[in-house]
Amino acid sequence: MMLSIKLAYRNLVGAGLRTWLNVFVLSFVYVLIIWHYGVIDGWNYQAKKDMREWEVGNGQYWQQNYDPYDYFTLEESHAIIPESFNIGITGGNIAPVLINQGSVYPDGRIKSMILKGIDPDQKVIALPTAALKAESEEMPVIMGRRMAKSCKLKEGDVTTIRWRDVNGTFDAKEVEVVDIFDCDVPNVDAGQIWLSIEDLREMMQAPGEATLLILGEESEIKEDIPGWEYKDLDFLMSEMDEMIKIKRIGGGFLYLVLIILAMLAIFDTQVLSIFRRQKEIGTYIAMGMTRNQVVSLFTVEGAMHAILAVIVGAVYGIPFFLWQMKVGFSMPAGTDDMGLAIAETIFPVYGIGLILVTVLLVLIITTIVSYMPARKISKMNPTEAIKGKIQ
Amino acid sequence: MKRFALIIFFIPAFIRAQEPTGKEILERIDKNMAYKSAITTSKMVIHGSRQTRTIEAKTWGIGDEKAFTEYLAPAREKGTKMLKLEDQLWIYSPGSDRTIQISGHMLRQSLMGSDLSYEDMMDNNEMIEDYHATVIGSEVFEERDCWIVELQAKTAEVNYQIRKIWVDKIRYIPLKEELFAKSGKLLKRMELSNITKIDNRWFPKKMIFKDMLKRGDGTEFIIESIQFNVNIPEYIFSKASLKK
Repeated sequence: MMLSIKLAYRNLVGAGLRTWLNVFVLSFVYVLIIWHYGVIDGWNYQAKKDMREWEVGNGQYWQQNYDPYDYFTLEESHAIIPESFNIGITGGNIAPVLINQGSVYPDGRIKSMILKGIDPDQKVIALPTAALKAESEEMPVIMGRRMAKSCKLKEGDVTTIRWRDVNGTFDAKEVEVVDIFDCDVPNVDAGQIWLSIEDLREMMQAPGEATLLILGEESEIKEDIPGWEYKDLDFLMSEMDEMIKIKRIGGGFLYLVLIILAMLAIFDTQVLSIFRRQKEIGTYIAMGMTRNQVVSLFTVEGAMHAILAVIVGAVYGIPFFLWQMKVGFSMPAGTDDMGLAIAETIFPVYGIGLILVTVLLVLIITTIVSYMPARKISKMNPTEAIKGKIQ
Repeated sequence: MKRFALIIFFIPAFIRAQEPTGKEILERIDKNMAYKSAITTSKMVIHGSRQTRTIEAKTWGIGDEKAFTEYLAPAREKGTKMLKLEDQLWIYSPGSDRTIQISGHMLRQSLMGSDLSYEDMMDNNEMIEDYHATVIGSEVFEERDCWIVELQAKTAEVNYQIRKIWVDKIRYIPLKEELFAKSGKLLKRMELSNITKIDNRWFPKKMIFKDMLKRGDGTEFIIESIQFNVNIPEYIFSKASLKK
């Protein structure tokens, strides 16, 4: 086997430019696969981290009628918070959120929006709710960058909001935008205005009520409570998981095409080698090598492209990966308007598993592709081969 | 002299006795405005901040509960139909050949970009049922002597807790109405004009709706023709007729 490896290496290096061309193409496949999956993993990691920090906490309780995909349920999806949550709420481990529909009139335009009430002192999620305690002549509210952009509002602006209370009666009030926060989770930003939960309770005439409860890290209650359904992180992040899965599958097709192209090059090189090196094959057999040894020599030669590609890929890939980890990959403008948690810049995460799997996958495929044309050697007549006759 | 003093003393009471109560005013308004059924051809002129659009429609209505509207112009809206049955509303769009029910937050959306929302259309209840009416003064509006009647909601379940209407003292027709939020903020204003006598009743043929929180000059609603108390076949008020 060592002889095969040594011979294979010499033959490969001896083939010169043809070898290096194949090696470069293969190394490019490695680098591209690892980088792209690294970006997807980085997105997944960042998105989930951001979602936990800004939106879902450590799980949530939803009032049983609440369905975030059906605004029609909002009118019925608030209730008095059960007493069993009181310790968690006073201890700062649970943040109740009350939700209502409304309209905002920035600069005389009407825009539907969701009003969300939260305790200004909460520490469960990263929303800068302390800003809601600001001294203001009007009711203080905060909103995300996307909402502020779509309403053309900035900090300090006063605008009118209109809503209906639990009885369906219209009410309207002036509010002041006391803070505009920047976060990568559209679910706490787009089409929403945040205000103090006590203000919203008073506006809705719903004292002591909430629509959902966000659990903090130390919250221990994890089972359904009458009227309230527990939603774990898997459930709350399932949409994100689905998207990542789709992205991975989509990326997989691209890599399949790239790998097929690279393998075509390897296959072609192998066929050409066997055709042009018949005398050499005959000599090997005449000198005592078995046919299988010659087949394995040519297979190792082909497979060695993948190993050399790892080295070449590492030469330019590692600095590239490190640079990307540092500066990140800027997502195209407007990507975060799709409703998913996407940071403006994604920092790829390269797991050792990802690298090993990619290397192994390409190595195995290359070996198989190298072996296929080499099988022809086993049917060769050595005498004819030495003569260089085409078989 | 004694008798004269007595007359002087009783004159204000006599005048007050001539002043109708809020309830009486609302009842007189209903006599003019309420109808069993009507077929209306109308124009809605929407004055937006950038442009003005005119939408023509024909409406078949039975009381406040049932209404079927077919939009006739412009070409973009032609064929769009709307069916209101009590507190439910459906819209048929010929472009997509689909009927959708408008409910929840969609009811808060503007009707064809006008100053009216779908839920304004859904306001079925008669004012006399929902409000305590008090005459709070009188004022000349558009050269007509008017009572100013303040309406306070009887229950918490009414859309607008406070309303103010300016009622023509002679014709008993509202010439202006203001709708307020619970906080007292003025939300909407309506002005009714071109009061015409039709079938022994006074009826406004032009109304201007203005969402006071929105920019723009409001929406004009002009009645081109109206027939009261006509027989309208029941099948018109069915979802099937939306697609016809």
